[in-house]
Parts: sequence; C-alpha cells; structure tokens
Amino acid sequence: MKDDSVKHPQAAAEFLKDRAQAKWHDSAIWWVRQKRDAQAKQLPEWEELRRLAREIKAHTLSQLDDYLAQFETNAQNNGVTVHWAADADEHNRIVHSILAARQVKKLVKSKSMLTEECGLNPYLEQRGIEVVDTDLGERIVQLRHEAPSHIVMPAIHLKKEQISELFHKELGTEAGNNDPTYLTHAARANLREHFLTADAGLTGVNFAIAETGGVVVCTNEGNADLGTSLPPIHIASMGLEKIIPKLEHLGVFTRLLARSAIGSPVTTYTSHFHQARPGGEMHIVIVDNGRSDILGNEDFYQSLRCIRCGACMNTCPVYRRSSGFSYSYIIPGPIGSTLGPSRDMKKHGSMAFACSTCGSCSNVCPVKINLHEQLVLHRKKAFDQNLLPTGKKMGLLAMRFLTQHPALFDLGGKVMRKVVPIIPESLTRHSAWSRAGRDLPPMPAQSFKEQYQQRSQNKQDKEEQQ
Amino acid sequence: MKIGLFIPCFINELFPHVAMATLELLESLGCEVAFPMEQSCCGQPLANNGDSKGACDAARRFTGVFQQYDYVVAPSGSCVSHVTHHYDWYIADDPAYQQLKPKVYEIIEFLQDVLKLEKLPKPVYFPHKVSIHQSCHGLRELHHASPSELMMPYHSRLESILKLVDGVEVLLPERRDECCGFGGTFCVDEPELSTAMGEDRVAQHEATGAEYIVGADPSCLMHMGGIIRHQGKRIRPLHIVEILTGRGAGA
Repeated sequence: MKDDSVKHPQAAAEFLKDRAQAKWHDSAIWWVRQKRDAQAKQLPEWEELRRLAREIKAHTLSQLDDYLAQFETNAQNNGVTVHWAADADEHNRIVHSILAARQVKKLVKSKSMLTEECGLNPYLEQRGIEVVDTDLGERIVQLRHEAPSHIVMPAIHLKKEQISELFHKELGTEAGNNDPTYLTHAARANLREHFLTADAGLTGVNFAIAETGGVVVCTNEGNADLGTSLPPIHIASMGLEKIIPKLEHLGVFTRLLARSAIGSPVTTYTSHFHQARPGGEMHIVIVDNGRSDILGNEDFYQSLRCIRCGACMNTCPVYRRSSGFSYSYIIPGPIGSTLGPSRDMKKHGSMAFACSTCGSCSNVCPVKINLHEQLVLHRKKAFDQNLLPTGKKMGLLAMRFLTQHPALFDLGGKVMRKVVPIIPESLTRHSAWSRAGRDLPPMPAQSFKEQYQQRSQNKQDKEEQQ
Repeated sequence: MKIGLFIPCFINELFPHVAMATLELLESLGCEVAFPMEQSCCGQPLANNGDSKGACDAARRFTGVFQQYDYVVAPSGSCVSHVTHHYDWYIADDPAYQQLKPKVYEIIEFLQDVLKLEKLPKPVYFPHKVSIHQSCHGLRELHHASPSELMMPYHSRLESILKLVDGVEVLLPERRDECCGFGGTFCVDEPELSTAMGEDRVAQHEATGAEYIVGADPSCLMHMGGIIRHQGKRIRPLHIVEILTGRGAGA
C-alpha cells in the first residue's frame, strides 16, 4: 500500500540524494517519452486523433448517465451481472461477496489501477483470499509489498539487479542472474501455476462500450486473457468514466493509447469481453468512488477524460526526478496531482504544488486534459481552505499588498538590493533559494525605474540646455 | 502608435539592463514608448499559489495602468502569458481587460508580428555559439515555437529572429524544450528538485558547446544563472534583446 502521508518536496529531496539513481530513473522514463514521440510522428493525423478523442470523451461525459444505463442494459442482455459501487468499500464488498459465495480461494488479477485505488488486495487478503497480480510489473511490486510507482510501468523504479534479488528470494531463481529474459521466464512459469489453480479472475477495464455492453482490456502480456479463460469466474472492475458510446469510437482510443503509453503502435492484446465463457460467470462492477463529484466540478471534470496511458508521467520533469513514491495519491504525476487533490485536498494538497507549470503534460495528453492548469486551480482551493504553510501565506499576503502599492513595492526591492550583498554567505547558504546549489543573482545598484527616471531627467536637462 | 512598456517586477529590480535593452530597441525602431511608473507585479506569483483575490486585484491594476496604450510590450514570455492567458480566470467580465488583451505582446512577438521586423535598427555582429532556451510559457502558451510534444511543422521565433544577427551560431540542447525547473515559487517550494532540473538543463546547454544560453525569459535565465555561478561554469545566460540591441556580451 502507498504511504499517503508523504509530502512531495521532502520525498523528492530524499529521492534526489542518490543522484545516480535519480538520473537513471529520469533517463529510463524519458526514453519512453521519446518512443512515444517517434510513434506519434508517424501518424499525420495524430493531432486530429487527439481532438477526436477529446470530443468523444467530452460528449460521453455530458450524457454519462444515459450511456451508463445503456451499457448496463446491453451487458445484462449479454448475460453479464452488473453491480454498482458508490465507493471503494462497496466495490470491495461486492467483489468479496461474489468470491465468498463461490468459495474462491485464489484470485488472479490483471492490471487495474481502480483496485489499487480501492485497496482491494489487502481487503481480500484479510478475508482469507489469496490475490495474485499477474501483470509482470504489478507482480514485482506485489512481491516487494510496494505500491506501483507508475500506472503503466508499475516497477519502473527498479533495476534488473533488484528484481533478480527479489526473484531469487521469492521464486528461487539463481542468485546474481540478472538476465531479463531468464527472470521473465521464471515469473512466467510461476504465474502459469497460479493461472491454473485460480478460482476466479479479475481484470480492469480500458473501455466499456455502451452500444454493445462489452468491455475492452488492453494488455501486453496476455495475462488478462489467461486470467479470464482459465478460471470460471470473471469480474471486471471499472470506473464509471470508462464508457465510450459506440464500438466505432474505440479505434480512436486504441490508436492513441499504446502509442502514448509506451510508444508502441498497439497493445499486444486488445481483448473484447461480452459474456461469460460457457459454464462460467461474468460480473462487471461499476465504481463511482468520488467520480460523480469530479464530474460536477466545473474546473476539474475534464480529468475524467483520462484513459490512464501515463504519458503525462513520462513527460513530467518533476515526476521523472522524484518517482511515483514522492506522490501521496496512488496515481502519481500530473494526472494524479489533479485526481488526488480532487479526492482529498488535505491529504494530497502538496501534489498540486509539485509542478513547475511547464505544460508538457497537457500537450502529450491524448485526450487533451488541461492538466497543468488544473493543478493551479487546485492551488486556489488549497489557499481558500487555508492549507498553505503559514510563512508562505504571510508572504503572499504581503505580496498582495505590495502589488497594490508600487511605491512600497519599489522600496522593498531597493532594500533587498542593498541588504542582500552585505549578508554573509554563511547566512544565505541555507535559504530555500541557495541550499541545493544555486547562488543569488547579483544585485544591481539601481532598479530599472531608477535608471529610467534618471534617463528622463537627463533628457529633460539636455533639452533645457539647448 | 504608443507603446506601454511593461517591465515585470523582478526584471525591474534584478535585470534593469534587460529592461533598458528592450526600451532602447523599441525606441531605435521608431516606437514611442512610455513606461508607466505606477506598474507593479502582474500577479502571477499570487495566482500560481491560489490567491485569487490578490491575483484578481493585480489583474485589475494592470488593466488600469496599461489600458490607455495601443500596445503593451514586455521582455518576459511568462508574465505576458499570465496576462493574456490567465487573467480570464479572474477578470473575464472586465470589458477594459478584454480590449487590452489582444494588445499585450512579448517583445519578440511584437517585433515579428506587429513591426514585421526584417532587419535590426543597427547591424549586429555576434560571433558566438548560443544554445536556445525555450521557456515553457512562451513555448506552450504563447506558441513561440513548436513544442516537441505536438506533431506540427517546426518553427521557432527565437531562431528566426537570430537570423537577423550576423555571425551567431544557433544550437539546440538535447531535449530541446524541457523545463529548466524555475517554475515561479516552485523554485523555493521544492528547491532540491528545482535545482536538479536546472543542473540538468545547464549541462544540456553546455554540451552543445555554446558560450551563451539565450532565451526570452529572465526568470529561467536567473535560475540557470544561479546554478552556473554556483558551479563556476563558463557558459553565460543572456536575454535575446541584449543580442538584438548589440549590447550582447558586454552587458
């Protein structure tokens, strides 16, 4: 589980203490951003696809209740049982009750950020059900008792040596064998065992199609397919924003998703599930858990367009240099920094400030969410709810006052320019400006206003002399 | 044509030579330039920290000070972007602001789009290698160049205006438009991260072999300059107007 008490500035400073590791993290993820660029460049219609994706999602969100009802009816007509969960707890109770009623001992799960959000694994484990994450990255972090540090690449914070060590301990692989192919094969063999002995499979949902009542799951490892084909019970958990109206809209998103996420033209598997396999059961759990509140918020409803590709994380210079564990909410990076504060400003407020407002996230977003602007809008809420540190708030109120009183503002500037040069370096060294390795700028003798006044005076004198 | 010169507060105090270069450049192009002394901060630091009231008051004040001019010009993409792209969050209903908004320009935009500058007022010879620093708000909000994220034809205002300068060799850093990490108060909210971003950026500019990091935003240049001084590096930050006026390295 994620430590949701972390504050981004302190956690990032801690992460950066190991600069070599931080640089490696930055480069590894930047490489994915470059792969994304290379793929996007190959499609002349890339920006048009983004526009379409945005509009399809915007339209759907504007009539979400109708599309959800349509989806439910069509799924039920296919023989699927549809459940509605108002919050995380209800989601977990529904999943548990399905499993408990059928004496399920082991559940195999493909990647689902929603179940991370709901804390499903510990909920089921406390009730005696073994949960095995089957996405390789998810499996790695599960074995390490960690949360995913990225929504698409859950174990991106780890090097192969660390994984080798983990697998040696947990799966009995050779000590010191860091070969990725060897390690992947070992994980595969171990997971195969779990697939064969599981009583039920749970998947996330990438897209739910109102017109057909079917759900679409995109993976690269085929684990969702094994997890739904072998055990007789398939539970698909989805956030209520996953709906798209028609099958014909799907292509817009599948073309964007893998290219944005990992720089591949398409995910290896794009699996459509419409009904249970013969003799089996299929359940879909539709989860709200705060999404309706976001939908009703003028400033933030756009964040529900998100298709969880993670491109905003890969491009974010802050995320790349601080890792997912520096963010308190289960979803890190730019999208997490709007979803987290939407959910709980007190807990996740620091995320809204973990941003230089460079805007790169908004530009890579395949559904054109105004991410960097949403973070600034969250800061309004933080200010209004009095959640800023006292010193900062005082500083802002002083700035507010001075902005309205230019003469005092200028006087303050002058005092700064005169005083800073005579403060001993030993005192400024620990300031927030300087402490990490940044010198203060030189302080000019005169401000531009002073120079300008002098220049005007000189001009006037000259004219009088003539 | 009367221009109101908007000199953002920190430029007024810390980079008066950039402000003076802007003023001289405009005057030497025959513009009538006034500098209203009652101007102060545009309010971006307040807005970016959620102080809506402070940001709103600052926006109204800015509008009042500058509404009488035909154009408003400033040597900072970020501050201009705050005025033209974010004041709507605070004072969209103010007709004076709506009239003012299309008249507010960043200096390079003004030279290229309004004055249609084809040659500099006096010839400039600047025989140096420069690495372009594309600042984020100028890039992604004012569209000064094609951002690397968007699939569109390449263009860059800074590169095209430097074509008017003789002898200059223009270079681009690896990751051509990654943020330097200044980010307004972000630089003191998260000093370790901000400085780490700046160190990476400076190293990328340095790796081009350039002698100068040239940009249109004094705030990014100030941040990278602080790192350069701390590390005792040779590369120097330089505002583009200093090159265009021919002051160049001498300032």
